[in-house]
Amino acid sequence: MRTIPLRQALREAMEEEMRRDNSVFLMGEEVAQYNGAYKVSQGMLDEFGDKRIIDTPISELGFTAIGVGAAMNNTRPIIEFMTWNFAELALDQIVNHAAKILSMSGGQFSCPIVFRGPNGSAGQLGAQHSQAFENWYANVPGLKVISTMNPYDAKGLLKSAIRDNDPVVFMESEIAYGEMAEVPEEEYLIPIGKADVKRNGTDVTIVSYNKMMKVAMTAAEELAKENISAEVIDLRTIRPLDWQTIAESVKKTNRLVIVEEQWPFGSVSSEITYRIQKEVFDYLDAPILRICSADTNMHYASNLVAAHIPDVPRTVKLVKEVLYMKK
Amino acid sequence: MPTPFGKETYLYWYEIMLLLRKFEEKAGQLYGMQKIRGFCHLYIGQEAIAAGMMTAIRDDDNVITAYRDHGLAIAKGITANACMAELYGKATGCSKGKGGSMHFFSKEKRFFGGHGIVGGQIGLGAGIAFAEQYQNTDRATICYFGDGAARQGMLHEVFNMAVLWQLPIVFICENNHYAMGTSVERTSKVLDIYRLADAYDMPGDSVDGMSCEEVHKGIDRAVRRAREKGGPTFLEIKTYRYRGHSMSDPAKYRTKEELEEYKEKDPINQVLKMILDSKWATQEDIDLINEKVKTEVEESVKFAEESPLPDDSELYKDIYTDENYPYITD
Ligand SMILES: Cc1ncc(C[n+]2csc(CCOP(=O)(O)OP(=O)(O)O)c2C)c(N)n1
Ligand SMILES: [Mg+2]
Repeated sequence: MRTIPLRQALREAMEEEMRRDNSVFLMGEEVAQYNGAYKVSQGMLDEFGDKRIIDTPISELGFTAIGVGAAMNNTRPIIEFMTWNFAELALDQIVNHAAKILSMSGGQFSCPIVFRGPNGSAGQLGAQHSQAFENWYANVPGLKVISTMNPYDAKGLLKSAIRDNDPVVFMESEIAYGEMAEVPEEEYLIPIGKADVKRNGTDVTIVSYNKMMKVAMTAAEELAKENISAEVIDLRTIRPLDWQTIAESVKKTNRLVIVEEQWPFGSVSSEITYRIQKEVFDYLDAPILRICSADTNMHYASNLVAAHIPDVPRTVKLVKEVLYMKK
Repeated sequence: MPTPFGKETYLYWYEIMLLLRKFEEKAGQLYGMQKIRGFCHLYIGQEAIAAGMMTAIRDDDNVITAYRDHGLAIAKGITANACMAELYGKATGCSKGKGGSMHFFSKEKRFFGGHGIVGGQIGLGAGIAFAEQYQNTDRATICYFGDGAARQGMLHEVFNMAVLWQLPIVFICENNHYAMGTSVERTSKVLDIYRLADAYDMPGDSVDGMSCEEVHKGIDRAVRRAREKGGPTFLEIKTYRYRGHSMSDPAKYRTKEELEEYKEKDPINQVLKMILDSKWATQEDIDLINEKVKTEVEESVKFAEESPLPDDSELYKDIYTDENYPYITD
């Protein structure tokens, strides 16, 4: 099978859906003439023209609102944020408007829109450019939230997101756009709301998503060297949360570790922990443990960045802790 | 051309602009060597704005800008050492290595920061000015943002309130013609950005940003107005960045000719010519200044190299002023 980078997988998803459905368009900063700040939309202006690939001024609140309004009126906008940090300016439109149109109108107006862009840290970018927002949006009824850096999953999920009749928040990763994986030429869709077991194991379950999956998978490999068999689950969709897949795994392994890039307070791991202790309490042999980003703003200095984000050694240590292993 | 400015002013302009230029040329090299990381936006080409501002304001006036902040920060008095150390992420940096290129700050120099969210500081600037008015001072606040930032809704809300409340502020749009790869022409039908002030009855003016004299005059008028309780002013200063938007931008969206056209008007050359033509300094005097600046930049690199990284315990510091805040650590 061919191997392609994440940015191409995302591009193909948009291109295929735009060929299939004229009502889909892409709007955002630098998406057209510059071919995307991170080259996700490279070449799309050439194929679809400036009616459907639309450069905007730096006006996040305004162009997001234009997207939401357009979605109420028979189109399917894809709104690209250069990063999710900048979507904060448009939070009002996503949370107060997009998420509530269907209910406020008593089901008359739907809002089939995709908000997408890179999320989370990407090196030494400082406090304002390094934030992971999955839990923020996952808290909001009316929104669906997807977060992945796996090219295969990203393509199938983005296609589903574009076809979905409700607003979908789609989170990518700036430093993973070059990430390669096998992606078939043939069309496929991946349903929203389904987690995926990326590695089978019996001793412990590790749950993660987006670029922390790398940490989780590498930790599982390290642990295998010490004869610890970790099952690794990629959430892929944050809301709705596929806790059933986690619960099934925990019934087998009886131990759960969560690795995520969120800040700890009220994070995705908090939600998973509540759900799992409620649903499969009797299967748990140890408290659920998690590793999040530090409960601080991201500082610039290299050593403070390294200390901020979850890493493999700390994940391995945590797994050993839920296994009550010494050292 | 007769000029109201004298020898001292020109020599100051020359030296400060040369320092900004050389500091950033060095920073650009060091970025290539991965000594400096993250996003790094150079001010090269725009130096006349920093120089012209400094002769028009008082030391205790306030300055705030976006992430393209090295030039204004150094001009406002943050040392090259502290700035270079910040770029290195070292504990001796002007933000203790916590801010990096985009977030230079100095409370002592009344430099209210480099800010990374486009347009955010337009409102902050007004707030800083509001506080000066509230405290009955006569300080002016100079608030910078780009041509791209001028398209944020923030500008309109804040312009309106700044006039309504007669805030002592000078809003300055550094129009370098591009917001990343997007030219001003592609963001609006209103190409004279200074005219946005008209909608709110704020005095607005267009200024040649390649000329220290013009920048000085424009800011001087506006700062007087602010101090004399005449309210806000909006200046659109037309300038040009010689480099890409950030270190990763090859700047393919503009022509070489356009760049050359601006380089012809290079403010450092203009000022130098004036100095030599007026016989305010000999070539030897100029060589001495060049040497001094070169040493200052080299020293700053040495200082940054030799400075320590922040202590690991700094991870949990400066998030709250309370040293004993109970962070979640598991
Ligand atoms: C709210 C927001 N949107 C997008 C960005 C990404 N971004 C950073 S700089 C920039 C261009 C800004 O151009 P301009 O205001 O003209 O300033 P210049 O870089 O030319 O100094 C963009 C789009 C951001 N930092 N913040
Ligand atoms: Mg600009």
